[in-house]
Amino acid sequence: MSAPVPLHRSLGLTDDELERIVEILGREPNGLELAMYAVMWSEHCSYKSSRIHLGRLPTEAPWVLVGPGENAGVVDVGDGIAAALRIESHNHPSFIEPYQGAATGVGGIIRDIFTMGARPIALMDPLRFGDLSKPRSRWIAEGVVSGISGYGNAVGVPTVGGEVVFDATYDGNPLVNVLCLGVLPTERLVLGQASGVGNLAVLLGSATGRDGIGGVSVLASAGFEETEDSAKRPSVQVGDPYEEKRLIEACLALLDAGLVVGIQDLGGAGLTCATSETASRGGVGMDVDVSAVPRREAGMEPFEVMTSESQERMLAIVEPEGLAAVQAICERWEVRATVVGRVTEGGALRILDGFDGPVLAEVPAASLHDDAPKYDRPRRRPAPPSPSADELAAPADPAADVQALVADTSWIWRQYDHMLFLNTVIGPGHDATLLRLRHPVTGADTGRGMALTTDGNHAWCAVDPRRGTALVVAEAVLNLACVGARPLAVVNCLNFGNPEHPEVMWQLSEAVDGLAEACRGLGLPVIGGNVSLYNETAGVDIDPTPVVGLLGLTGPIAHRPPGAVLAAGAVVLVVGPEPEPVLGGSAWGRLRGAPGGALPTLDLELHGRVAGLVAGLVADGALLGVHDVASGGLAATVAEMVAASATGLVADGPDDAPWWFSESPSRVVCVVGAAVVAGVEAAAAEVGVPVLRLGTAGGDVLRLGGFATLDVAALRGAWQDRLPSVLGSGTVSG
Amino acid sequence: MVFPGTNCEADVVHAVESLGASGTLLWHGDATVGQVDAVVVPGGFAHGDYLRTGAIARFSPVMGAVAAFAAAGGPVVGICNGFQVLTEARLLPGALQKNRGLSFICDTTALRIETTSTVLTSRCAPGQVLRIPINHFEGNYTCDADTLARLRDEDRIVCTYVDNPNGSVADIAGVCNEGRNVVGLMPHPERAVDALLGSADGRPLLGSLLDAALDRAGVP
Repeated sequence: MSAPVPLHRSLGLTDDELERIVEILGREPNGLELAMYAVMWSEHCSYKSSRIHLGRLPTEAPWVLVGPGENAGVVDVGDGIAAALRIESHNHPSFIEPYQGAATGVGGIIRDIFTMGARPIALMDPLRFGDLSKPRSRWIAEGVVSGISGYGNAVGVPTVGGEVVFDATYDGNPLVNVLCLGVLPTERLVLGQASGVGNLAVLLGSATGRDGIGGVSVLASAGFEETEDSAKRPSVQVGDPYEEKRLIEACLALLDAGLVVGIQDLGGAGLTCATSETASRGGVGMDVDVSAVPRREAGMEPFEVMTSESQERMLAIVEPEGLAAVQAICERWEVRATVVGRVTEGGALRILDGFDGPVLAEVPAASLHDDAPKYDRPRRRPAPPSPSADELAAPADPAADVQALVADTSWIWRQYDHMLFLNTVIGPGHDATLLRLRHPVTGADTGRGMALTTDGNHAWCAVDPRRGTALVVAEAVLNLACVGARPLAVVNCLNFGNPEHPEVMWQLSEAVDGLAEACRGLGLPVIGGNVSLYNETAGVDIDPTPVVGLLGLTGPIAHRPPGAVLAAGAVVLVVGPEPEPVLGGSAWGRLRGAPGGALPTLDLELHGRVAGLVAGLVADGALLGVHDVASGGLAATVAEMVAASATGLVADGPDDAPWWFSESPSRVVCVVGAAVVAGVEAAAAEVGVPVLRLGTAGGDVLRLGGFATLDVAALRGAWQDRLPSVLGSGTVSG
Repeated sequence: MVFPGTNCEADVVHAVESLGASGTLLWHGDATVGQVDAVVVPGGFAHGDYLRTGAIARFSPVMGAVAAFAAAGGPVVGICNGFQVLTEARLLPGALQKNRGLSFICDTTALRIETTSTVLTSRCAPGQVLRIPINHFEGNYTCDADTLARLRDEDRIVCTYVDNPNGSVADIAGVCNEGRNVVGLMPHPERAVDALLGSADGRPLLGSLLDAALDRAGVP
């Protein structure tokens, strides 16, 4: 008979970590204390494997009001308005329970935003699923999209964009990232900290149940053994968008009335995290009466109450004399408000059974965060992917390959309310989203716009995580340029495999360097991020997948950006350098089973000039269509424009696969009226950017020089049918 | 009008203000509509759509006041979830069920105006086609054959879809009551008041409503 597993190990703590806890407390921890350390020191909460690397990211700029470490990053966007931005992952729960996993991811990120005092105004969903030929991948994709639709629409925050990738690397581990943008009057900025001894900690929202216990430690900080890990389903939380909607309105009303000193959402690690974080940030302690916490069911143990991840809960720090007013606002919005804690002197977090009752746990609040272990895990460069796409023979049927590289994503975003709040100038399905920038309280229109995009490319990052990540940032910058915007700030979601694999740690470290280099080169601060590790199933790690979210600004919006379309009779230009004839990590290479090869180089200085030029052309209304060259190369880029506008194109170019499929950066397809061509060329020459006259739009074929010819109607049909033909009808519940 | 879970109220206020009117928010728990000249029941998820869309909202204290306002000839428009609430409250006939295809749809649709003799369509031309966004899961209008015949006979089908997206009977997107002062429709005219966002075709609809409000207020 084998010895029973010690409690600390079954909670996910190592022997060394237990020793450290004993050192901190000067005694053996009890079960409740161990449970609290286990959730707070989990990979998900403590970033113990990644923290030593994240410090290399640039985080400062004059417009940054709040950088990484708070619930969301905040930047000044002018006219007395600040923007709060955050990105997170809900990968593991979405694999187990796609609908609820995705739904609660949306709920969690929204709380992070209104915690800062901001009204959430937009969501973006970068999604990555397995190969659609597999039934489980289809089940996950349908469930995740339904969950985002069901929760996001009902909670009343529009989902204005995102991206979707289908690839076998995600067969056992989908990536469900979610980004939220909020706006607030600059002076209303609040931080998640407790202060003022004697102030009260008031728990707002849902009762606490047994859902999501150990979500951060059991689920998010370990890989999956098999492809169907249904035993972990109880660790997935269940969402209630109606509760969250009332919670948003109640919390914003409390903030408007100036009734809260600090506020913090309850997400991963639940009450333990919220109470210890607010206390340690404020340099105070807190007494928590665990018996006061409203519960969904009888018989819950204190450790369950303290670590439950039940959704739709917030912790507000209020002055005792304001309590009645807080309760009145909460009553109006039918939100439960219960005093569960008191701010105390010193730095102790005490869990009590009744404020005058026995002490169930007592730990230094800051030790749950600051003393969490930091690991410098071993790193080793993995063998590069092979075979090399640079050695592929010319395609037998180039037209079929081009057609296989394009897919209309409207099956997904038609299920999302992307218009609420009347800000969406350019919505999903384009290079970037463009929103009107209006004051969050007065509604006054600044006339300017805010642009958002999310980008990732696992294929590039598998070849070279450092340059691949830099290329991802560069692509995001060009995406913003396509809606006339200049970049302002970056958030990132680092989705990687098991950090205990040295190859994964090497990829993570390289990706951080690539992100840092690109952001420095382009003058962009990183204002927040999230690290999702253990994205592996049965010992197989996903390809490294850093995803960046980029926020930008436009001047006064005088013209609606044209989008990725063609206009019959117009001249089609490629603004930017000639492509390097390399295919490493290209979509075409992967299509042909060759994921390896060389990545193109990135000239950040030239890239910045191309982006500035294109943003200016869009803002001036000079373009009839615009689309940056990315996955699938120039061939896929123009094929998407042809399919979207049902307009043909006769393009010049060599009969050469690398020329058409290279994903060489810093290139944008610009569609212009014949009379404007010379002006665009002159503007480009002024900033030293080459321009290629690719061809003329119109007709019912897409002709790529002597390389391939496609029928417009057939291409458009294939583009439209790709997702609906495999993904059923759409939203299935909620 | 705001129920817990309503989310289009600020958009409706913004839209009517862009047309020169002023909007005020009514609270579901107050048994009055105050001194307003027209009522809009906006979209969203009143009471979380729990039980059935609009099924709980119809019992809110404010709904008695809305019924009295409507009975006195006051213009009342229900948009999307507001349409669902008005059918549950029996201020309009029929019901909204889940879309054919069981999928939420957010898109811009072509909407044909079938009658101009309502508080929402007086500024339109008969047969005029407008581009107006829809945003719903339960927008599939249904009613029994007798009701449908009556709606047709009495010219109470206000607008129809050019390409029916949700399976609604007779392509119906909106209907009105016998007095023609209560209109419900699934499309969102308030989402189409600015060409910068893609369409300004909602302006004649909301403009019609403001005309009706001015009539009622006795302003020439």
